[in-house]
Amino acid sequence: MSAAPLLEIENLTLRFGQVEAAAGESLVLMPGEFVGIIGPNGAGKTTLLNLITGYLRPESGSIRFQGRPIVGLPPEVITGLGIGRSFQVPQLFASLPVLENVLIALATPCGGDRDAWTPMVTPARERTARALLGQFGLQEWTERPAAELPEGGRKLLDVALAAALRPKLLLLDEPTSGVSAEDKYPLMDTLVAVLEREGVTTAFVEHDMDVVRRYARRVVVLSEGRIIADGPPARVLDDGRGRGFLGG
Amino acid sequence: MIRLLVEGDARPATAGWALVAAGIGAALALGWVLPRWLTFVVTQGLAKGLAVMGVVLLMRAGLVSFGQGLYYAGGAYAVGFAARLVGLREATGHAALGVAAGVLLGALVGVVVARYRSIFFAMLTLAFSMVLYGVLIKAYTVTGGSDGMPIPLPTLLGLPVPADRAGAIVYDVTIGCVALAVYVIARYLASPLGFLMRAIRDNEVRVQYLGGSVRRAIYRTYVLAAGLAALGGVLGAFNVGHIDPDLAYWTTSGEFVFVTLIGGLEGVGAPLGGAVAYELVKSYAFKYAPYAWEMVVGIAMLVIIFLFPEGVWVSLARRRRRTSP
Repeated sequence: MSAAPLLEIENLTLRFGQVEAAAGESLVLMPGEFVGIIGPNGAGKTTLLNLITGYLRPESGSIRFQGRPIVGLPPEVITGLGIGRSFQVPQLFASLPVLENVLIALATPCGGDRDAWTPMVTPARERTARALLGQFGLQEWTERPAAELPEGGRKLLDVALAAALRPKLLLLDEPTSGVSAEDKYPLMDTLVAVLEREGVTTAFVEHDMDVVRRYARRVVVLSEGRIIADGPPARVLDDGRGRGFLGG
Repeated sequence: MIRLLVEGDARPATAGWALVAAGIGAALALGWVLPRWLTFVVTQGLAKGLAVMGVVLLMRAGLVSFGQGLYYAGGAYAVGFAARLVGLREATGHAALGVAAGVLLGALVGVVVARYRSIFFAMLTLAFSMVLYGVLIKAYTVTGGSDGMPIPLPTLLGLPVPADRAGAIVYDVTIGCVALAVYVIARYLASPLGFLMRAIRDNEVRVQYLGGSVRRAIYRTYVLAAGLAALGGVLGAFNVGHIDPDLAYWTTSGEFVFVTLIGGLEGVGAPLGGAVAYELVKSYAFKYAPYAWEMVVGIAMLVIIFLFPEGVWVSLARRRRRTSP
């Protein structure tokens, strides 16, 4: 018996004026997949992530997460269902220490916006936060404000905050953008090691085809809001070069 | 799923309770030895300090409330109405009623203001407080209009409060209420919601994508701030023995913001210390420059902003940390 889909997207549409950001996209993600989403600028990659996470609302179509319709739900509710995300520009609590960033990420889903009484910092929660930072190689930065992290560290912390939610599905928006060429692979090695070890279904938007070829198990190609190719990296990327939609 | 350690129970720290109890005892005793004028000023400072605490809680999320006078007046007028219309004299009943009135008002107004940020939040809070001011001024037959209304001496736990000891007793009641409020706020600041408000100041988007509702966090804090201001209004009404619509006027709310700038945004001592210091400066300014006391207070404000941009309390605490071995 095959596993039930984790995420099902059907005929998603959204226009920004004359631009079709989503033009009838349909996509299914199965548990445990590690999917690269590629396409030229303006293809609708980030829009797709924004639609899934509730930042944008589609004009038509449906999105189901574990069988439950999630269109129209606010981002915090969708996050609570088990969809975490990172951003092209890392979304951190810049003035707060790195450790405090993770402590807040651990406490917030447990009613942090309601609980005005129990202490946020408990020995167990602090151990958890330090362990998570260790997994992401940020243990040397715990007491420093997040604003002081280098770009690669900011990207890692952004993912660590999402990972602290124990998501079932993690969406990463250009995890290597702004990171130097020599730091890209160590960063992705760290991310992939943590996420695959924990079996988190992951979809990541990426422009670097070498990164996609090396880490993705499946590649989805978007163009003008449509999915124009979907399959194993070797087939899709080689086919893509031949057909010219990868620009290289 | 990412596996995380099982979180332990959150237990409040117990160290230092004896020191805290001794401090409260000493503060209570001071009410019987300090001169009457000083207990009056300190009581007034502490009462306003409760409202300032609420301003601080909101300002930690980057929200400036210019309308806490709404709740300060709400608490005070709840005492006045209860005394005038129902004949309630018991101080504990007044306090409960005043806080309930403030919380109820805050719960209603908070539904609207929690949707807004920056200058829009500030102006909306100001507008609501000025609406109450207008009502208090115009509804003369109920509120006494611009004359306000007297607050009779209350009873305390059923016992009458002698007029010659009223100052010390009101001061002690204030110390007790402030101690309780400080405990509640200390718990709040150490709680997930307290931390989340600072996180909201930095990045609302990330808070949402951690599964937190920004509006809910702000709403709850706003209601808490309203309750604190209302308690301050109750204590201020007991202390002065008279209330008037100026309690809801924008200058009262402005004072709370000013005192926040004096103290800074860290800890629970800053709002209280700042409010007492402000009342002392105002008293002396009024005594020695009765026609220019506002100018003296304004100059003091400018000096503080230039010399201590993070607030006097916070700046001094940082300097102490830097110079300590």
